Amino acid sequence: MTVLEPTSAPRAPGAAFIFKKALISALVALVLFSLMIGIRTEAGPTGQLIYWTRFGDLAALVAAVFAGSIAVELLRWRWGPVGMVRIVPPGVTSALALARRAIAPLLLIFALLVPVIFYDQRYILDLGILVLTYVMLGWGLNVVVGLAGLLDLGYVAFYAVGAYSYALLATNFGLSFWICLPLAGILASLWGVMLGFPVLRLRGDYLAIVTLAFGEIIRLVIINWQSLTGGPNGVSGIPRPTMFGIPLTPGDDGLAAKLGIEFSTTHRIVFLFYIILALALLTNWVTIRLRRLPIGRAWEALREDEVACRALGINITTTKLTAFATGAMFGGFAGAFFATRQGFISPESFTFQESALVLAIVVLGGMGSQLGVALAALTMIGGFELFRGLEQYRMLVFGVAMVLLMIWRPRGLIGHRAPTVFLKHSQEISSDLVKEGHG
Amino acid sequence: MDYFAQQLINGIVLGSIYGLIAIGYTMVYGIVGMINFAHGDIFMIGGFIALISFLILVSIGLTAVPVILLIVLLVSMAITALYGWTVERIAYRPLRHSFRLAPMLSAIGMSFVLSNFSQVAQGARVKPVPPIITGGYTLLDQNGFVVRLSNVQIIVVITTIVLLLIFTWMVSRTRLGRDMRACEQDQTMAALLGVDVDRTISMTFVIGSALAAVAGMMYLLYYGLVDFYMGFVAGIKAFTAAVLGGIGSLPGAMLGGLAIGLIETLWSAYFSVEYKDVAAFSILIIVLIFMPTGLLGRPEVEKV
Amino acid sequence: MNGETILTVDHLTMRFGGIVAVNDLSFTAERRKITALIGPNGAGKTTVFNCITGFYKPSGGTMRLTHDDSRMIQLERLNDFRISKQAKVARTFQNIRLFPGMTALENLMVAQHNALMLASGLTFLGLIGAPSWRTAEKRAIDRATEWLRRIGLLERADDAAGNLPYGDQRRLEIARAMCTEPALLCLDEPAAGLNARESAGLSELLLTIRDEHGVSILLIEHDMSVVMEISDHVVVMDYGVRIAEGSPQEVRDDPKVIAAYLGADEQEAIAVMESGT
Repeated sequence: MTVLEPTSAPRAPGAAFIFKKALISALVALVLFSLMIGIRTEAGPTGQLIYWTRFGDLAALVAAVFAGSIAVELLRWRWGPVGMVRIVPPGVTSALALARRAIAPLLLIFALLVPVIFYDQRYILDLGILVLTYVMLGWGLNVVVGLAGLLDLGYVAFYAVGAYSYALLATNFGLSFWICLPLAGILASLWGVMLGFPVLRLRGDYLAIVTLAFGEIIRLVIINWQSLTGGPNGVSGIPRPTMFGIPLTPGDDGLAAKLGIEFSTTHRIVFLFYIILALALLTNWVTIRLRRLPIGRAWEALREDEVACRALGINITTTKLTAFATGAMFGGFAGAFFATRQGFISPESFTFQESALVLAIVVLGGMGSQLGVALAALTMIGGFELFRGLEQYRMLVFGVAMVLLMIWRPRGLIGHRAPTVFLKHSQEISSDLVKEGHG
Repeated sequence: MDYFAQQLINGIVLGSIYGLIAIGYTMVYGIVGMINFAHGDIFMIGGFIALISFLILVSIGLTAVPVILLIVLLVSMAITALYGWTVERIAYRPLRHSFRLAPMLSAIGMSFVLSNFSQVAQGARVKPVPPIITGGYTLLDQNGFVVRLSNVQIIVVITTIVLLLIFTWMVSRTRLGRDMRACEQDQTMAALLGVDVDRTISMTFVIGSALAAVAGMMYLLYYGLVDFYMGFVAGIKAFTAAVLGGIGSLPGAMLGGLAIGLIETLWSAYFSVEYKDVAAFSILIIVLIFMPTGLLGRPEVEKV
Repeated sequence: MNGETILTVDHLTMRFGGIVAVNDLSFTAERRKITALIGPNGAGKTTVFNCITGFYKPSGGTMRLTHDDSRMIQLERLNDFRISKQAKVARTFQNIRLFPGMTALENLMVAQHNALMLASGLTFLGLIGAPSWRTAEKRAIDRATEWLRRIGLLERADDAAGNLPYGDQRRLEIARAMCTEPALLCLDEPAAGLNARESAGLSELLLTIRDEHGVSILLIEHDMSVVMEISDHVVVMDYGVRIAEGSPQEVRDDPKVIAAYLGADEQEAIAVMESGT
């Protein structure tokens, strides 16, 4: 709902009102936290349960809730209700539009130059690789959720299939990364079709939870099928990619020796960086092209109104299956890359939390928007990195962030959709009009 | 045969726990049309609250077991209900008129918040408790295999039955129950007729959470431990139970719960323990594909 | 059966649980003519449409579509998208179902999906930008543009369909259906919510479709001015059965039809029905 801002400021809420609200919030917090925070239990040295009190922490938290509640009320008075539209002067709008068009190419150039700029900072390069991996995953899931409107909560399954395909093919048959990469994609998209078939008639929440179940099944099967996958111990010794068959090793047969330069482990990192960048850009290019082709338009039409699609003679079944297969394929590529980058994979990397994270990236980015997804991945993964050392709070903050994001900007950062064909000029369509799809 | 009888008893007890959680799922889905992804974690919170309450009561010297049980039951129901109420107020109510994906993602976020909150607040390790209720009855003792019905099991089943009766009475006889059913059918019309929709929805979450708390306490008594991750898997299984029984149907939720409990126990006993969760998830998929209205649900015709 | 009939509905029955929405309905629609299906609310007209266009599977009866080349298709055997794709039956909806987040032009492009999919070589030719694909795409855009011009929306081709005024949306939905190159066009209350001027424009559009494109039209409508003005043949339904059939004038003067619409009291209605054929 959008409401135009009134010409006069709204009446300030009384101090008593704010105080009462804050008091209630604090009281609720007191009850909620009394046992969970006030008392800390632990398995004692002899196996029995011991506990100690943390009333200080409890008091601090309750006070924080009290203060926070006051702050929220004051902010609400200043900024108005969530979802209110602010009338922006046209000069600002056009400047923003110009900035938006410039961001994508600028980001691309920056990404290409990262290994050059940060050549010696291993940490930054690793972070870059991580961000790009999630950008690719986000772009892949975007095809399923953003374009076709199919709520997939089990995307991690395709990631896992791709990773384990490469890992097992490489360690058992000695196949190189470059041969296994397309194979991983094919296997993942086969799994995508297999997932797609049973869920064709499911909508909305039901589709979401079934895809979640599929993702969990894959993880459990990986954990328990020890003879194939090594179970919880995972697969190790996964070979790194080679450049035209030449490995990046220090020895005489390594690339450094062949090129006559001094060997450095940074070479491999840079190589990996450009590989994932290339894969991500491939994902992006294919998606953009597909959007302009009948299949991509059919995906978006499916999201907008499935019934109308049927009436227009579009085969819903194949449309959904191709969406799943394509998204899965990119997930598979990303998985294979993940395996080769780490050298070791285990089922712990493929939990539901990963699926939720990628989905959050897609939604935060504004479903369907390539740039949005990239920015969202950067923000989320960058944000996660800030929590290094505070890992236990990381998921907690992530959960809070998801809730806040849905309340504040459910349509994501990029609030519109770009049409794929136009006569005179391409007008961006506000996301208020774009349906989110039910699967 | 005796082995089978024992598994049957175990399955019914486990099924009762799942059924209590499933009722929360089915009520919420019936009234606001969303899967409350955080409900499983409410169950887990209930277990933790029960654990801590037990600890306090025992350490202040209370020894009468029935008194302890009653106090723990009431305390965990009350506090966990407040958790459920708070979650609804903060994460779902603002999104009630937003688009479909928003409450679901918010619920997923809330689920992470609750499970990680427990982890941060109480540490990541599993918390064991010594058995509070011991003893039981030997039902059969032949061929060297003993079929036992423990006191814990009796308490779980009886508590479940009592609560189910109270609850069914409440839904069909009281004003609140009528309001709930009205909101399930047509929220706008109910509001126009004077039903406080916000309050009714809140109460739905409160009741569902209270029942989940009972399930948490029963789980603690039965298995002797709680951990912060138990909500996720139990949640999916309980949702499977709700769907199996027919989403929106209360007796269905209980029926589904018993079915899932029995299937899981029998599968672990006769096939493999490692894949028991896979079995439960597979049932979810199969039911939603072939029998989406479940056993006791009503079929929906698509209006074009 | 003469070669002039495009659709033959024979003993069509549709049951929902205990309710019989359509009861043993038979009627024909002629080629290159406009056939109107009218009746009070709840008579079962949209249900008939849903059966014909593959959204419901009828409980009984047959619906035969006869093409120009005498090829016959049993519609009750086809399901959803095939009715549009193979039988060439297109439809619009009572509550407009455009793609609101896509532009008017994009809506019309989606309608040409099947032809474009073939031309893009199941996407692969399209991916590599083959010239044959580019030509086909240009042709599709031209066809869409032509229709936009015809319905007066050329200026708004790049606007989101959800932003268009109601009357424009109705016309766009018809244009979208026409872009699938149907043999039979089924319109569900196309004049609903249109004012007098817009209704006149709609009538003109439908007559053009019939005369210039040679498309047969089956139409549900409550707006009698439109029905009287453009229909060649009218079928009247009430409570799931056919109660009258004929030219617009014949039907208008039929006492059974009058009784149904006026909600004549029980005695009169029964007397009228019993005195009929």
